[in-house]
Amino acid sequence: MSTDPSTSSAAAAEEKSNKRKSKKPKYSRFTQQELPAWQPILTPRWVITIFTLIALVFIPVGLAAFSASQSVVEVEYEYDTACIPDSYKDNATAYIKDDNTNKTCTQKLSIKSKMQAPIFVYYQLDNFYQNHRRYVKSRSDEQLRTKDKENDVSSCSPEDYVTINNKSEPIVPCGLIAWSLFNDTYKIQNKDKEVVINKTNIAWASDRTTKFGSDVYPKNFQASGLIGGAKLDPTKPLSEQEDLIVWMRTAALPKFRKLYGKIETDLEANDEIVVVIENNYNTYEFGGKKSLVLSTATWIGGRNNFLGIAYVVIGSMSLLLALGFLLLYILKPRPLGDPTYLSWNKNPGGLR
Amino acid sequence: MRHHFSRIHAFSCGKASIIRDNEEHSLLGGPGFSRIVYCNGAEGSGNLELNYGDNYVSTTKYTLATFLPKSLFEQFRRVANFYFLVCAILSFFPVSPYSAVSNVVPLVVVVSATMGKEAVEDWRRFKQDVEMNNRRVKVHNGEGDFDHSKWRDLRVGDIVKVEKDEFFPADLILLSSSYDEAICYVETMNLDGETNLKLKQALEETSKLQEDSNFQNFSATIKCEDPNANLYSFVGSLELDDQQYPLSPQQLLLRDSKLRNTDFIYGVVIFTGHDTKVMQNSTDPPSKRSNVERRMDKIIYFLFLILFLISFIGSIFFGIATREDLENGRMKRWYLRPDDTSIYYDPKKAPIGATLHFLTALMLYSYLIPISLYVSIEIVKVLQSIFINQDLNMYYEETDQPAHARTSNLNEELGQVDTILSDKTGTLTCNSMEFIKCSIAGVAYGQGVTEVERAMARRKGLELTEDDNVANSEAKSSIKGFNFMDERIMNGNWYKEPHAYVIQKFLRLLAVCHTAIPEVDEETGKVSYEAESPDEAAFVIAARELGFEFYERTQSSIMLRELNSVSGKITERDYQLLNILEFTSARKRMSVIVRDEEGKLLLLSKGADSVMFERLAKNGREFEEKTKQHINEYADAGLRTLILAYRELDEDEYNQFNKEFMEAKNLVSADREQVIEEISKKIEKDLILLGATAVEDKLQNGVPECIDKLAQAGIKLWVLTGDKMETAINIGYACSLLRQGMKQIIISSDTPEAKSLEKAEDKSAADAAIKEIVLRQLREGEALLSSSNENSEAIALIIDGKSLTHALDDDVMDLFLELAIGCASVICCRSSPKQKALVTRLVKTKTGSTTLAIGDGANDVGMLQEADIGIGISGVEGMQAVMSSDIAIAQFRFLERLLLVHGHWCYRRISSMICYFFYKNIAFGLTLFFYEIYASFSGEAAYNDWFLSLYNVFFTSLPVIALGVFDQDVSAKLCLKFPLLYQEGVQNVLFSWKRILGWAFNGVLNATLIFFFCVKAIEYQAFRKGGEVAGLQELGATMYTCVVWVVNCQMALSINYFTYIQHIFIWGGILLWYLFLLAYGAMDPTLSTTAYKVFVEACAPAPSYWLITLLVLVTSLLPYFIYASIQMRFYPMFHQMIQWIRSDGQATDPEYVNVVRQRSIRHTTVGFTARFQASQRLEASKRLQV
Repeated sequence: MSTDPSTSSAAAAEEKSNKRKSKKPKYSRFTQQELPAWQPILTPRWVITIFTLIALVFIPVGLAAFSASQSVVEVEYEYDTACIPDSYKDNATAYIKDDNTNKTCTQKLSIKSKMQAPIFVYYQLDNFYQNHRRYVKSRSDEQLRTKDKENDVSSCSPEDYVTINNKSEPIVPCGLIAWSLFNDTYKIQNKDKEVVINKTNIAWASDRTTKFGSDVYPKNFQASGLIGGAKLDPTKPLSEQEDLIVWMRTAALPKFRKLYGKIETDLEANDEIVVVIENNYNTYEFGGKKSLVLSTATWIGGRNNFLGIAYVVIGSMSLLLALGFLLLYILKPRPLGDPTYLSWNKNPGGLR
Repeated sequence: MRHHFSRIHAFSCGKASIIRDNEEHSLLGGPGFSRIVYCNGAEGSGNLELNYGDNYVSTTKYTLATFLPKSLFEQFRRVANFYFLVCAILSFFPVSPYSAVSNVVPLVVVVSATMGKEAVEDWRRFKQDVEMNNRRVKVHNGEGDFDHSKWRDLRVGDIVKVEKDEFFPADLILLSSSYDEAICYVETMNLDGETNLKLKQALEETSKLQEDSNFQNFSATIKCEDPNANLYSFVGSLELDDQQYPLSPQQLLLRDSKLRNTDFIYGVVIFTGHDTKVMQNSTDPPSKRSNVERRMDKIIYFLFLILFLISFIGSIFFGIATREDLENGRMKRWYLRPDDTSIYYDPKKAPIGATLHFLTALMLYSYLIPISLYVSIEIVKVLQSIFINQDLNMYYEETDQPAHARTSNLNEELGQVDTILSDKTGTLTCNSMEFIKCSIAGVAYGQGVTEVERAMARRKGLELTEDDNVANSEAKSSIKGFNFMDERIMNGNWYKEPHAYVIQKFLRLLAVCHTAIPEVDEETGKVSYEAESPDEAAFVIAARELGFEFYERTQSSIMLRELNSVSGKITERDYQLLNILEFTSARKRMSVIVRDEEGKLLLLSKGADSVMFERLAKNGREFEEKTKQHINEYADAGLRTLILAYRELDEDEYNQFNKEFMEAKNLVSADREQVIEEISKKIEKDLILLGATAVEDKLQNGVPECIDKLAQAGIKLWVLTGDKMETAINIGYACSLLRQGMKQIIISSDTPEAKSLEKAEDKSAADAAIKEIVLRQLREGEALLSSSNENSEAIALIIDGKSLTHALDDDVMDLFLELAIGCASVICCRSSPKQKALVTRLVKTKTGSTTLAIGDGANDVGMLQEADIGIGISGVEGMQAVMSSDIAIAQFRFLERLLLVHGHWCYRRISSMICYFFYKNIAFGLTLFFYEIYASFSGEAAYNDWFLSLYNVFFTSLPVIALGVFDQDVSAKLCLKFPLLYQEGVQNVLFSWKRILGWAFNGVLNATLIFFFCVKAIEYQAFRKGGEVAGLQELGATMYTCVVWVVNCQMALSINYFTYIQHIFIWGGILLWYLFLLAYGAMDPTLSTTAYKVFVEACAPAPSYWLITLLVLVTSLLPYFIYASIQMRFYPMFHQMIQWIRSDGQATDPEYVNVVRQRSIRHTTVGFTARFQASQRLEASKRLQV
């Protein structure tokens, strides 16, 4: 009988493959899914330990945060209505829009407890949507950074170009954010002496060095018909216009504070300070509020009790839970080694 | 070695088709019958003009050219992907809340990952095709020689020479073979799963072409039907020397079947490649999706709904706010310049702005939809499949076959199987029969232990000694089909036994009464047998081994070599074969009439006990009681028994019989069979009982244990087999699906009543009547079922194919299903491949539960494709089943591990993974929405663009993948120890709506806590010691930090299996975020935009940043932690109970584990545990009665 070429060749191939490799999987703990593993389960000991630990960490941290927040001294003065003369009470927008009205407004504030330098001066706006998508996007980072990109204003409409002598000129800095720059100013006197408000180093260091160019000067700013907010000194490069830099860091929420300056002298308790406010910024149109805030800061920042309270509350809850579970386990122990406890039939609810 | 077998094999199918041919041949040339083949396709013969396809077969999904468009189309057909595609396109327009690049990159990553996977899978298929297409076959080269050629190069009309044990490369018309009569044997296992050989015969006119050189000048024309899928019909004609000869299926050799027992054949190719019947039969495997994935789609739609809802709400608020910006020409929010604005913010066209904003919002909140979910799942599933393939416990040493998951779509479905539909032959059994025991003259011989006995013994705790096993395996390896061990009659010792003469007759009967054909190996002189059924082969082998070697069959005689045990000499004996009274399923017996050398006339008979005992002579019942007892024992051990009996005939009686018999044989009428039966019946009487044989239809290793485990896991097992009812019932016993004393509902159309109906002229009336019978039987069954439900008895349902046809009718279906579900075991016998598929579909659609079909032959293909999961047994019977299966394993017993371990794990992993995905995306996406409330719904995102887009692909994806690939609730060992754990999947506990919504709620809760805690804590006061307040960027970075921490730690909390991989991925994910923040923040502001130095300069120096992170982290996790602690301790789920047992250290205490298991297990009704319990109950009740 003639030998069968295909089967013999197949057999030979098989033999070869057997020699080379069998299809037997290689053993390794990995492929057999037998890796050493830590398999914790929530035993009472674990549960109670974890709750106790949370309590032990959270309550002290909370107390520390709370006391730090409490130690912050904060003076807040809302002047949006107070600085409107009585005659304009019903028509605040007309007042604020009129260039000829006297915008200066003076107010005495008393310091309740001692404020240690540095004291931060903030302006606080409410109901101002700096986080509106149109607003946030209306800027040109390239233009702010480099002089060559001054025509890079595509994202800035309508504050992108201004027509001067029938020529379309780019605005530097362009966009709505810069255009609506806050322009109220504050002066503070204590005991008839001018308190110096230091307006340097109030912006992010990286903004000053990298994001705002030292060779970029304001150009054609607030030159169109509609003037939004503050004007800029065209002789100072943007990197030195710290008010602008602070303003251009858009706020997260509609109620926000922005750093105006720092006072580097202490204010004593019961000091009566006089603030002179140039009330220029139009918050009346959109029903916003304006305040001047003087505040100190600690390691945790400004005054906000939330963090401290939350920590304490969560810590105490954990403590209670730890006790609760302890009680539960004592009162209703699961007998170790009682098979009935762990049987399927007893717990049909565990299934359905 | 040329024999005339036509007497032995009935050419029934050939006859029938020839008759039909005459009618059908008129169709040739008409529509559907237009193929013309010029044989021996020499140049210019015209085959080329006919443009039939070549023999190249391709099963790939894509080609090089279609890959890109087709797979892209596939990708974007998914709703989520399409949505992200729309988002990506929209992101190039100003509606987009973020930059285009940051939005496109994740989509590209995700889509290309999936496409890469597709490409790799298709490449594998392509390589398989290449192997197949490059197989070699001998083809006539036109000059009287045959050269090797590749399969793919075959053309229609080519003459090929196929040699022994080769596959046919295409559909051929048989021209001639090495036999004079031009017959050949064909094995069609790949096509229909039948293992017996089929006989094919060429036309007489072509049968003379015996030499290669004959074909040089051969030419003929074949006209035949067009390619179609019908395997069993063929119509055509052959034109040779201007003469027309009809062709029938008798001449057709199908591709993928195998030439057996024939040295070579010549054939002409008529159908090639995709035109072949087998390829026409192969439909594209239906793409299967798992239940979990279907539910996942629903959740995605739900998320889309939420997405649209919040977008809608947002755009309404946005529209209102925008409209109010301009009031009678006065600007309210003047800083937004509403007087000079784009369409998106135009107060005068607020509705348009709101509509456009709706698009913006859809994009902004797109983080609710987990973009990486699909790709993560695909990755995870591929890795899971690799683990399945790599499992050493599912590797079968003997055939060098590891498990092979062919699709990875269904991994989790493996954990939810409710019903298994199993083939029998080759799946439960090895498809080999072993002669293992016999009872001769009332004495039981044979010490072999069956698989069932072994399983029972193990259950009883009587571990068999090693020696026994060794002895068994040795015997197994020595002779296939023979596993008989008994010194008393082996090696010719039988003559020392008391009833030696009976034993002699018994063995002689085994050697003579059969239809097997011996095949003598010319070199070694060893004889092997080719038999119609494997049990017949086992008998002949047993006879040979016990000293009665059957070595030659001629048309009229049977030659034996008998070992004379006293002298030790071998004598050759010649039995003159007079008549064969064939086996039919109605007669349940077969007999031969022979004349031995002394001239005595003997009727040798073997048959089922139900028909044999009643035919015994009064003086032939000497051993009846003993034999009956043994038969019962054998049946209980899962063996197939036959009764052997004989009778001496006197000449007159025989002559009378022979005359009638011959007349009947030559009778040409419809009731010929019946007449023959009647005549046979007359002579098969007054038999003398010799004994009984017991053949083990060898179960595969470990099948009873596996079935027992599966039963304990609450999985139902149905057996669907093409076998006879008796065989099926026997196997039922062997697998413990049936046991003594179990009530059986047998629904059969094989009753005399039905038989007589069948003979009736009016087919439709007969059909209706049979249906009525089936219906009645079903109703009776139903009644029995309801009565036994009260005393919780297990009932088995056994139904045969014909009844099944009626039971599957639309109006009976429900009744049948109800009955079947109520029964503990269901066995469908004599079922066709189509019925198997229909039953599978019935169970799948009507009960809605997950079905798994397991089979090994081509006849199981329909079932495998129909079921939710198709498992192919790779090994003996071809590759057809494996090719259409979803997962291939080498042995049935691996099913246990595949389901209970891998299935459970995969189900758990995938469902936890999906829940977690939704959780993490809700937790993240909702923070974006909450922020919008504070941003006047303008569409400004709280986070930097790249933070957003990397959330899913970078900071949170690896831990989920680790969860999906590596998580284990309990180890493999414990999974197997507590099979009931599997019910978690069947009842879908881990992916119930309750659980999904629970996770979604947790996501909402976390988003709320994260957002409001961050906003409250940061507010407007100084953020740093230097007095700087926190702006949008700091808030964003802080919140994002919190989200990354929370979702990663939530992951750590919800898994309880930490290998180093989990540690790396979870803690690494968090670390990665900080590293990214550092790296990204250090880039040039052109690239990093708003994230420039956010971490270094603003967040890191501020203690409140760290305090907020810790606070939010702990607060967000607390609700889940409290829930988990209570649930774990007081309402543990089953896997948690097992975890408790493990942690209590009792998992190693077999007593304890057993107690828990027993208490947890439902009352199982099948499997040997149940059998063991039943036998115990029986014993107990007996004791009580005593």
